Amino acid sequence: MPRVIFSGTAANRFTGGRTEIDVAATTFRRLVKELDERFPGLGSQVEEGMAVAIDGVIYQDAYGAPLSEGAEIYLIPKIAGG
Amino acid sequence: MNYIVSKPELKVVGTRPVRPDGVDKVTGRATFGADMVLPGMVWGKVKRSPHAHARIVSIDTSKALKLPGVKAVITAEDFPNIASEEAFVGEGPMNFRDLSRNCIARDKALYEGHAVAAVAAISQAVADQALDLIDVTYEVLPHVIDVEDAMRPDAPILHDDLFTANVEPKPTKPSNVSKRVYFAKGDAARAFASADVVVEGRYTTAPVHQAYLEPHACVVQVASDGQAIVYSSSQGQFMVRAYCAKLLGWDIANIRAVPLEIGGGFGGKTLVYLEPLALALAQRSGRPVKMQMTREEVFRASGPTSGTVIEVKIGARRDGTIVAAREVLKYQAGAFPGSPVQPGCMCGFAMYDIANVEVIGYDVVSNRPKVAAYRAPGAPMSSYAVESALDDLARKLRIDPIVLREQNGAREGTKTHYGPTHHNIGFLQTLEAAKQSEHWKTPLKARNGGAVGRGIACGFWFNIGGESSGAVHVNEDGSVSVVSGSPDIGGSRASMAMMAAEVLGVPVDKVRPIVGDTSSIGFTHVTGGSRVTFATGMAVTQASEGVVEQLKNRAAQIWEIPPEAVDWRDGKAYPAGSNAGAFEPLDLAEIALRAGKTGGPISSEVSLNAQGAGPGFGAHICDVEVDRETGQVTILRYTAVQDVGKAIHPSYVEGQIQGGAAQGIGWALNEEYIYNAKGQMENPGFLDYRCPVASDLPLIEAIMVEVPNPRHPFGARGVGEVPIVPPMGAVGNAIRDAIGIRMTDLPMSPPKVRAAVDADNGQKAA
Repeated sequence: MPRVIFSGTAANRFTGGRTEIDVAATTFRRLVKELDERFPGLGSQVEEGMAVAIDGVIYQDAYGAPLSEGAEIYLIPKIAGG
Repeated sequence: MNYIVSKPELKVVGTRPVRPDGVDKVTGRATFGADMVLPGMVWGKVKRSPHAHARIVSIDTSKALKLPGVKAVITAEDFPNIASEEAFVGEGPMNFRDLSRNCIARDKALYEGHAVAAVAAISQAVADQALDLIDVTYEVLPHVIDVEDAMRPDAPILHDDLFTANVEPKPTKPSNVSKRVYFAKGDAARAFASADVVVEGRYTTAPVHQAYLEPHACVVQVASDGQAIVYSSSQGQFMVRAYCAKLLGWDIANIRAVPLEIGGGFGGKTLVYLEPLALALAQRSGRPVKMQMTREEVFRASGPTSGTVIEVKIGARRDGTIVAAREVLKYQAGAFPGSPVQPGCMCGFAMYDIANVEVIGYDVVSNRPKVAAYRAPGAPMSSYAVESALDDLARKLRIDPIVLREQNGAREGTKTHYGPTHHNIGFLQTLEAAKQSEHWKTPLKARNGGAVGRGIACGFWFNIGGESSGAVHVNEDGSVSVVSGSPDIGGSRASMAMMAAEVLGVPVDKVRPIVGDTSSIGFTHVTGGSRVTFATGMAVTQASEGVVEQLKNRAAQIWEIPPEAVDWRDGKAYPAGSNAGAFEPLDLAEIALRAGKTGGPISSEVSLNAQGAGPGFGAHICDVEVDRETGQVTILRYTAVQDVGKAIHPSYVEGQIQGGAAQGIGWALNEEYIYNAKGQMENPGFLDYRCPVASDLPLIEAIMVEVPNPRHPFGARGVGEVPIVPPMGAVGNAIRDAIGIRMTDLPMSPPKVRAAVDADNGQKAA
């Protein structure tokens, strides 16, 4: 199963301190939904303000980004620039 | 299609054609914001707060409105009172209430220069008179400027409804600290205990302005049916349209934003300041309105980047292996939350493979202009601290500073402290190129007995992708028009034309690129984050591929063969093989001539959300001479090495590298906001706010390392932001090498260097 890993403050706010969570989702969109069902508020937080790094590749606002079996998913702040 | 794999011998990409906007710019024909005029236009001007922090008791506009020639006067009451609503749009999280109140103050003025009212009048002189007739009654409040002062429990509070986020227990008292940011990997505290050597330091950096040459300017008109046009210089016409619509409560479709040439942005033009005011004035006056900031207004009222205080600590084994790192970052956000502390927390150690890292950041409001993005927002300050500490570590361990960085450098598979794993990166190749450079291999020589020194420092930036649109149209004569939604700041029109020409197989001078307005091309995020060549380039490349498919189809119709039996090579259609038939090749012009008979115009537009921008790394080498008598630091030689993926137009990549280095050197040596006791800026002009000029700098040698980004068709990475990250560390490390003193407070200006030398002499004498 894909594994979501929290390195910032989201873990304390939403998951009761759990920093690694296995998910059944196969796309970023489904991940958002699953996180919101399991940890109310986390999905919308991820959707609105966070990017995901799936096996090292950073995706921003990409519902269709695939989550493969065993994928390592980090939730990170969205990146902007100057 | 991935051309870096399938087409190793590129014909256009990687060459250096003259930029398509070059003649306009060198002849003065290019139209910037301040050049724009419309018939019947009136002038808008802004009344600004003289106080750093004050409650607005009342604003009486009656005298101004009675002045002959005045067409409209507005205050915050003329705008919707927007509730706090944060959304991630364009360049980052944006709270539209804060944006609205930054454009025009409501209830409180939060910094000197904060707009409190605006007028439209038949001339600039009348507008100035009208501003003097607006009577604002203030209740002056205590103010706070510096970041650590603003964090004190007894500091004047800017916002009664601001409570520190991400701390437990949830605060019950308002604070100037808007949020705490935290990243951790491993167990830093335990690892420090096992380290053989520990270095640490406390570094401060001054707020600096993006210092674009062109001040903010716009011309707008609003028709009686509510349809508006905004002509302005910005980093994103779609950003201008969206922000204006939100702040005014108008439909987006009623605003057409037309991008004019832009005289520099560097992140500072990813916001609106004047455009919403101009639209409100135009609506009330019924006349087109022009507004432009003076240089003084640019400094007082548009976003600089954060001033910061950063504590850093690094622990290593005797062999040079870094085992632990810790950083605490305090960033000024200006009058509203939203400093770049988060990327600052992520970038400092992103270049290194360190098992145990802890990084804590604080976003802090104070009575300064709200910060805006500035090249690699947040990263340069963080890297200044980290790269200085690494230099100290190298000295302590007696290890070459490049070797120390190589030993601990991020490589394929390195997991960052903020989570993601690095893939396809070029940091070690960049270090190797620095090590092999003529500069590094040439011994530093003393000049006239002066104190000379050499320093090296590195930098990282994520680079981003995002939403972009590009269109390619084949004209009747076979020439090609390329339209993109990205304002051209660093030569992107040239890059777009080159990528299109490469795919189409035509000479680049047959391709004419333009930047479309919001009604002529699909949505495109701002030009920022080093995203345009990557993301918009991807859209243009795919649109060009769509055109090639159409060209093959049209040739197939002419030859009466299946489209799959047609090849496209070097700008011509060929039968794919002998079975397809014997036909003379058709070039683009021949096919375009018959477009009407084969299905109509040939064009393709692609809108996409590009993912997978590859990060960039830089290593800068700096030689300085320090005059111990005056504190003057002279840059003797400077070399900037950077992994650029694939340089689409090498000259513009070099230009980005050189420009970023120059700005970073200014940040290192001279630039700062100076405030008086009343919280008023005392140096709002280029005479007193000292940017480096050409005579201050040697030729900055740019060395491009090409480690292709496999997720871009030509292997491109963003290049615009990395080069501003290393200079402060490189200059500081060179000064340390020259005079044996670690400078920890930017800018390292002559008075500070002289004071440090005096203090050092005093210590030695004692």
